[in-house]
Amino acid sequence: MRTGRLITPVTLLAVTLLIVIIPAERSGWKLSLDTGVIPFLAAFLTTVGIYSIFTLALNVQWGYTGVFNFGVAAFFMVGAYTGAIFSVGPADPDSSLRYVGGFGDVFSPPFLDSEQWLPFIVATLAAGIASGLLALLLALPTLRLREDYLAITTLGVAELLRRVVIQEDGLVNGSRSMIGIPSPLSGYFSADTQRFVDLAIVVVLVAIVFLVVERSIRSPWGRVLRGLKEDEVAVAASGKNVFSFKMQGFVMGAVIMGMGGAIFAFNRGSIGPTTFEHFFATFLIWAMLIVGGSGNNWGAIAGAYVVWGLWTTTLQLNGYDLPDILRSRIFFMRDFLVGALIVIVLLLRPQGLVPEERRVSSWLDRQMRHQRKKPPEPAAAPES
Amino acid sequence: MTILPDRYAARLADARDRYRRLGDRPGAIGLWALIAALFLWAAIFQTQLFVVGMIVGSVLALGAMGLTLVFGILRFANFAHGDTMMLGSYIAYLLFTGTVVGSQANIDTDIGISLDQLPGATSKLGDLSFGYGLLIAIVLAGVAMALFSIALDRLVYRRLRRRNSSIVIFAMAALGVAFSTRALMMIIWGPDPRRYVSGIHLAQHYPLDIVLKTDQIFIFVVALALALLLYILLFHMKLGKAMRAMADNADLALVSGINTDRIIIWTWAIGGGLMAIAGGLLAIQASLKPDLGFGLILPLFAATILGGIGKPQGAFIGAMVVGVTQEVSVEFFSAGYKPAVAFVILILILLLRPRGLFGTTS
Amino acid sequence: MTAVLEATGIVAGYGEVEILHGVSVSIGQGEMVAVIGPNGAGKSTLLKAMFGLIPTSSGRVQLNGTDITNQPPDRIVARGMSYVPQTENVFPSLSINENLEMGGFTRSDGLSDRLERVYTLFPDLTNRRGDSAGKLSGGQRQMLALARALMLDPDVLLLDEPSASLSPKMVESLFEKIGEINSSGTAILLVEQNAKEALSLSDRAYVLATGENRLDGDAKGMLESEDMARLYLGE
Repeated sequence: MRTGRLITPVTLLAVTLLIVIIPAERSGWKLSLDTGVIPFLAAFLTTVGIYSIFTLALNVQWGYTGVFNFGVAAFFMVGAYTGAIFSVGPADPDSSLRYVGGFGDVFSPPFLDSEQWLPFIVATLAAGIASGLLALLLALPTLRLREDYLAITTLGVAELLRRVVIQEDGLVNGSRSMIGIPSPLSGYFSADTQRFVDLAIVVVLVAIVFLVVERSIRSPWGRVLRGLKEDEVAVAASGKNVFSFKMQGFVMGAVIMGMGGAIFAFNRGSIGPTTFEHFFATFLIWAMLIVGGSGNNWGAIAGAYVVWGLWTTTLQLNGYDLPDILRSRIFFMRDFLVGALIVIVLLLRPQGLVPEERRVSSWLDRQMRHQRKKPPEPAAAPES
Repeated sequence: MTILPDRYAARLADARDRYRRLGDRPGAIGLWALIAALFLWAAIFQTQLFVVGMIVGSVLALGAMGLTLVFGILRFANFAHGDTMMLGSYIAYLLFTGTVVGSQANIDTDIGISLDQLPGATSKLGDLSFGYGLLIAIVLAGVAMALFSIALDRLVYRRLRRRNSSIVIFAMAALGVAFSTRALMMIIWGPDPRRYVSGIHLAQHYPLDIVLKTDQIFIFVVALALALLLYILLFHMKLGKAMRAMADNADLALVSGINTDRIIIWTWAIGGGLMAIAGGLLAIQASLKPDLGFGLILPLFAATILGGIGKPQGAFIGAMVVGVTQEVSVEFFSAGYKPAVAFVILILILLLRPRGLFGTTS
Repeated sequence: MTAVLEATGIVAGYGEVEILHGVSVSIGQGEMVAVIGPNGAGKSTLLKAMFGLIPTSSGRVQLNGTDITNQPPDRIVARGMSYVPQTENVFPSLSINENLEMGGFTRSDGLSDRLERVYTLFPDLTNRRGDSAGKLSGGQRQMLALARALMLDPDVLLLDEPSASLSPKMVESLFEKIGEINSSGTAILLVEQNAKEALSLSDRAYVLATGENRLDGDAKGMLESEDMARLYLGE
């Protein structure tokens, strides 16, 4: 058991070393706010933060409610595009950019002097709502069926929506990508400082999401959710509407994913259909949650950190003078490893880096006992 | 809830009961009628697309029948099925041409030994675009993928089974396998499309204004023959009956003295062999590309669920429906939406009749 | 009398939950033995443990003198013991004939002879050979389940509450059939909720409670015992 306990700190330490040493070495061990390891780490942590929003959201769905979403990309994408069209201005008819909406100006009348922040808040909320509605729509036909039917459906809808984006050229600029999405507060700071501002914004958001999820999960409502994952029948027996609770968990996760998508859009500045391919927008997030440990919010964040750490490290490695046979394949090798990593973690350490906390069985037991205490139904006429 | 006066509420409940007493019939009949109408209409008014759709469907069917067996017998959604199907077609490619990407991207290298070196292996068979070398390669790829699937089961899925993992963990592991498989193909053969045989292959004209390449007819015949073989296995041989029994009720199969572990091995072997041959046939008329496999997942699952999980005869019909609908949709929607057709079918079936055509439980 | 099936000190359960805390039963050649007891006594669990469906952590199961503890079910079936689960005991999408074939899966020889023998025992199934089992009524399903278990002509048959959810009339003809099977020489271990019926049919009986042996003895004697009646027969 001793080696088992060491896995988590050793992994975290190793990843930290990797992400610090390689960029530090490549920038000649110089410490500066403008180049080298510090801005790299700021950008790195910002991305980890954004991914943490997704893993926390997925954790609500899978880790706590046991609802199986294989189409994170769909909610991610709806959130990102909604965020984009609510934060940019209307499309300029003279440019080649074509998209619907462009409500950025609407929500920021000049007299408020709020164009640096208000549209972003509106856009983030709109992204959450749009993604939540999509979840509601998908869950209605599938949530009562076998768990894996929802998985197939969400997987399918992610692909369908990507198709729609590519085909309906005027919707969100088709496969040419939405570009020029502003980032919050960008007018107040220089480009170099902006990355630290971005990081700060993301950290605050992750903290908020984390607290909200933790609070709800520990509330009586959250206990029912967790009970659902453990023993659906027992929860149903205690008189709770299983379908409705599952739905709430699923929609809550989707809302957070949508908001994460909006933040991602602000941060990237441009998004296109290739951004939301399954590997990048669904599978990577699942890999993070599984590696980190589903059913634990710290695990969700740790997973985002570790997997994104390994991901960037391979990018960094490519900066070195690698032999051709490796250089031409390094990204495919990375993809292979991420796929294999999931399987290996599921086989060897299914609880992930940070195991699930105490089960809610005691609560379930109490519920069941409560049921039994009720006076029994008058029995059918005795047999003899 | 007193929206309706009691009198009407009672009458409504009555009607509902009466409908329920009809049981499963209306749904099943409705679905069959819908499919018959679709086929009839397509055959008459869109004959060319209908025929092409049947050909596409017959190849999909080989994949879907393997998928439904695994789904029914092992009880999990194998999200890797599309990618491993693609891997099968690449293995046939490797055996036939001996080509892989060399030390630099975009520059191929030859491993030195391949089936196209056999005498006359590449001379065309009749009107077909390929010689016997490719056929041997596809058959061998079937054997290779059968072994690959069994190995994967021993390595991954059996361990999860022994631990009584939930179906979700299985599906997750399968997704991991799917992405790793695709990356593996990228590593070995690169992301660019490849073809078994280069050169132009002309189509022939047939009555009713049907234009087909001889390859397509070949594909259809082979796919049908394999489906027929599978039917004989499943309905007339002991092993196949045991597979169906296990898909019906795995616990009872165990209790009856059926060696379920052996049935599982056979399921993977048959599913793996079929998927490789399906992949090979698919690549004959199109091209090979590592990321095409993932796009097959939705049509395969739509066919499987439409037919009823664990029912190969259902998967066969389901695949035909998906194939024909996909092709015919081009008349009405942009071809870019073709991959979305399967999804729409999937949603409809989940809404209307989640157990599918032959399924016994919902 | 030599025991065909002998289980001694069985400890078993599901995962970490131990249900049986050392149960012993034995069945002699051609005997009919009932296992009765209140809900949750571990009656069904006992059958599953003896049949290798759940791991036995301690204790021993012997079939015809051979140790079969924790053997996989296919080996146990081949050694001459069959089991009929309480519910879902037919393959609904398989035909009746195929259901029976599955019952004889472990042997490849003499299938048609065995089929004929079973069809003679269950004439009602004969003219429905080709129908899928899913179309059968509850009572017919139980008959098919019995027939499936008899395909290999077992020495011992384990029956898990065959009468559950059947109409009284069906129960009667089912028990009649069970008696018939027993008198043809197959030893039967019958787990029943319907204690009176079971006792009147059996030679001997065991009473289980909370995973332990509580009583055992002559079935007729138990049926007449007043303590028994009060405690377990609901009178």
